[in-house]
Amino acid sequence: MRVLGLETSCDETGIALYDTDNGLLAERLYSQVSLHSEFGGVVPELASRDHIRKTLPLIRQTLNEARLSIDQIDGVAYTAGPGLIGALLVGAGIGRSLAWSLGIPAVAVHHMEGHLLAPMLEAVQPTFPFVALLVSGGHTLLVYVEKVGHYQILGESVDDAVGEAFDKTAKLLGLPYPGGPELSQLAKSGRQGIYRFPRPMVNRPGLDFSYSGLKTFAMNTVKKLGDSIDAQARADIAYAFQEAAVDSLVIKCKRALKQTGLTSLVVAGGVSANDCLRGELKKLCDKMSVELYFPKLEYCTDNGAMIAYAGSLRLMDGHIEEAVIEAKPRWPLDTLS
Amino acid sequence: MRLLALDTCTEACSATVIIDDEAHSQYQIAPRQHSVIILPMIESLLAESGISLKQLDAIAFGCGPGAFTGVRLGASVTQGIALGADLPVIPISTLASLAHTAMRLQGANQVLSAIDARMGEVYYASFQGSSADDLSCIGEEKLSAPESIDLPEPQASIAQWTGIGSGWDTYHQQFLQRSEIVTGSLAFQWLEDKFPNALDIALLAKIQFANGKMLTPEEALPVYIRDKIV
Repeated sequence: MRVLGLETSCDETGIALYDTDNGLLAERLYSQVSLHSEFGGVVPELASRDHIRKTLPLIRQTLNEARLSIDQIDGVAYTAGPGLIGALLVGAGIGRSLAWSLGIPAVAVHHMEGHLLAPMLEAVQPTFPFVALLVSGGHTLLVYVEKVGHYQILGESVDDAVGEAFDKTAKLLGLPYPGGPELSQLAKSGRQGIYRFPRPMVNRPGLDFSYSGLKTFAMNTVKKLGDSIDAQARADIAYAFQEAAVDSLVIKCKRALKQTGLTSLVVAGGVSANDCLRGELKKLCDKMSVELYFPKLEYCTDNGAMIAYAGSLRLMDGHIEEAVIEAKPRWPLDTLS
Repeated sequence: MRLLALDTCTEACSATVIIDDEAHSQYQIAPRQHSVIILPMIESLLAESGISLKQLDAIAFGCGPGAFTGVRLGASVTQGIALGADLPVIPISTLASLAHTAMRLQGANQVLSAIDARMGEVYYASFQGSSADDLSCIGEEKLSAPESIDLPEPQASIAQWTGIGSGWDTYHQQFLQRSEIVTGSLAFQWLEDKFPNALDIALLAKIQFANGKMLTPEEALPVYIRDKIV
């Protein structure tokens, strides 16, 4: 079965063709980062306006690359949520209508399920059940993945997402948007032990996270330095911030693995590209004899391939939906089945 | 000639199938329900008119102005259907469609269409004509506060104009207080409670189709008018 996947939940337009017999056939990704950079964050209306210009040309390019015509696809999968309502509606509107006009089935895919299953696109795949850490600009989640469609949320951020804290702290340090990756780069020239940031919520039981306090701590540290802040101080702050943010993620992963007794950890989402996080989790998993899986870098961030893949599983399972266009900006992961 | 037209730009959601001179239409005031009802609405119209998507010659759609989300939904649905069924598309202005409604219902030949743009503004444009063939926009489609819209030039003899659209429903008092109208150099009647309708979009699209003015599916793009959004 050949499934066309559409991802338009935030600021990337991702299109992919996945074949349940032959794997990923082709994909295209268009990032709007430069469009939003001058505003220091994603402007929802601008994102929607861009998605509707980009989606069809990207679908055509993807089909061309796979040397297929539109009537050779067997199903359409589109991200229906969670995400920005206007942006979601573009992908859902085009995807659902396209499937309807071709007379083929369509499936509304949960964006986070796409991320959770992204490691399944790799040659070496985790086996169910496993623990998943989803870390991005919009989410910080620890999930018990029993099998496809069965997810239990073990913990999540009670305020900012970790990626959001990275971006906001980066902005504070004068780094260009989106600052997360820039902050990690800057942290490489920072020194250990100059600043000590708190590890939010590690002294409490449970697996929830909090990142707004860390962001405030960074702000106060910068304020205290005032005009005396120099390049080295900025790098030291970046180092201390990253150290604390990563530390709290690693501590909670360790707890989640112990609590569930599972021996596989999957890490996905944009922040999973962070070198420091990758290194620390590797150390943890080696120590605990846990198998660690990262999707490859291009599947850490938003993409159409993970949506096409997640959708294909549901379509193969006989999923049928009405010809109704639906976008769910809020859609709890644990309501899936 | 066989056309499908759809519109989701404002509070109304509508679709029309035209087979030569025969029209099948559905029209529903359904705020926030457009995404749920539009495909079933088209499906039932195709069934009623006894044709399939593949037998259509083109798809017309209300391309705006209107609510951003509604305008984009209509364009998204049009793109999806047109790509799947390999059909050309014909965008039709919602303001022009309203002018055609006034012409069709009341024989109006000078129309000022205005759609409530929220935030104390209206999308508007003036049209003249005697039939779908020669309906033309005077100047361009604009956005402004209701008290400062550009009214049509008063002519030597007092001209009878018709106002139509949600902009009129919300702001008719502001419009009618304008000095040109108060002093009687422009005369206005106002047609209440009219929203863009796929039937008028289809009738205008017929002319475009006859003139070969069709676009590719990816060119089914929204017209927002309001471009200052951040």
